[in-house]
Amino acid sequence: MTEAAIRSPRPSLARFGVLAASTLLLGFLALPFIGLLLRVSPGEVLARLARPVVIDALRLSFITSVAATAVVVVLGIPVAWLLATREFPGKRVVEVLVDLPMVLPPTVAGFALLMAFGRAGLGGRALAALGISLPFTTLGVVVAQVFMAVPFMVGPARASFASLDPKLLDAAATLRARETFTFFHVALPLAMPGLLAGVAMSGARSLGEFGATITFAGNLPGTTQTMPLAVYVALQSDLDAAVALSVLLLVMAFGLLLGLRSAPAGSFWGRRDARAQSR
Amino acid sequence: MNRVHRRTLVLVASLALLLGTVPAHGAADAAKPLEVYAAASLADAFNELGRLFEQRQPGIRVRFNFAGSQQLATQIEQGAAADVFASADERWMDYAKERGLVVGEPTLFVHNRLVVIVPKTNPARIGRLQDLAKGGIKLVLAADAVPVGRYSRTVIRNLSRIEGFPADYAPRTLKNVVSEEENVKSVVSKVQLGEADAGFVYRSDISPAIQRYVRLFEVPASANVVAAYPIARVKDARAPEAAKAFLDLVLSPEGQQVLERHGLMPLAANGP
Repeated sequence: MTEAAIRSPRPSLARFGVLAASTLLLGFLALPFIGLLLRVSPGEVLARLARPVVIDALRLSFITSVAATAVVVVLGIPVAWLLATREFPGKRVVEVLVDLPMVLPPTVAGFALLMAFGRAGLGGRALAALGISLPFTTLGVVVAQVFMAVPFMVGPARASFASLDPKLLDAAATLRARETFTFFHVALPLAMPGLLAGVAMSGARSLGEFGATITFAGNLPGTTQTMPLAVYVALQSDLDAAVALSVLLLVMAFGLLLGLRSAPAGSFWGRRDARAQSR
Repeated sequence: MNRVHRRTLVLVASLALLLGTVPAHGAADAAKPLEVYAAASLADAFNELGRLFEQRQPGIRVRFNFAGSQQLATQIEQGAAADVFASADERWMDYAKERGLVVGEPTLFVHNRLVVIVPKTNPARIGRLQDLAKGGIKLVLAADAVPVGRYSRTVIRNLSRIEGFPADYAPRTLKNVVSEEENVKSVVSKVQLGEADAGFVYRSDISPAIQRYVRLFEVPASANVVAAYPIARVKDARAPEAAKAFLDLVLSPEGQQVLERHGLMPLAANGP
């Protein structure tokens, strides 16, 4: 029976399975977005967006997610390099630590941030001595976003560094290039597509951050109320505004991810530069 | 063998997904739990009432959904499987009534009042309600859409009109608001954790467990609000009989006693 099955494969069955699963899953993913888009006309969305609360939220979301992404890039790429190129005791623990925010419920993360950087928290007292207070401030929003976005930068960046051809790095070394030089002039340009994926993912994660923000930084229009928080609040009193905001967030996130994906991999400054370096 | 297995698995999985969309019939109707959607401020009191109800009505389980009344009203409007709706103000009950989501006339079943809480450590050294208008105080309120948030703003305005409070008390106090929380329990926790200097909450939120962490300031009766809580059966209730029994329990002397034990004011105490 086994032989018969192998000899007369029925690809149509397998194909049916794949097709059925894909249709179900893709329909499941697309339907909520379609529902959202059908609920309001673009004109209505634009009309709602002119409100001061919405403009405040948009501005705040933009500033905080750009700042958070910048921090994640500057601090995340060296860590990704470290994880991709070095073995050291306790590396597993470091890896788990970096991934943890991805699996943690954001509310728990926000609560943990309060325990650490809140006024009565472990590091909060030291910050207070420096005159820095994070809860209820815009800076606190950035901290929450950074915390949640780290794995989305480190993951792709690390994979990108790890997949570099070691021969290129060795070649640089034989030419007596220091590691810093090799990192900036060989590794970084070559890994650029993966790094940009990390930038887009962590930027999108910062833009969508909700749970950690509302728990750690609170919710005040103009100060800590980012777009996702404004959506949540509007959902409770002004459904149409909530829909408009949701549509806008959806379009922004979609554009961010799509833009990155459709950019030709060789079009970045890094590529040509890298080839020149590695030659 | 392996390949056959894999193909069978894919097929079974796909079928299971397809069949999963067909509702299962024949579930025993009697086992349907009673779904009570109640304002977050009722959580402690209603949990106890729920246990009492389950003792009285063996076989019926009570499930609670506690959240801001505005959220519950929206959820019921969107077709949530609620049997009973208990709101912290008449605004959201009216909202539900206007949309035909509840049956019959909603009944007021309990009253609540506001208090101000500060962390036990009192980092801002608040000694009286007037201090809430001092510069740099971190005051946390519920958002305006939440009943307690609206009540808080009314109380602050009322205070600026009574003796002993400056006339600009309201604008100065409202300027100190650092966060608008989505329900009253979040206000409590921000104060309890010592992150906020003060917050406006219901008296009923201050359970003995929370009292260990906070200090309480009463609001003078002349400036306080009396929050009236209406309760009603939801129109599409799946357990209408149980819903009625739950309402009866809430309004019974025994039910009212439970509510009073949790810092709420029973109807009789206020008179008509």
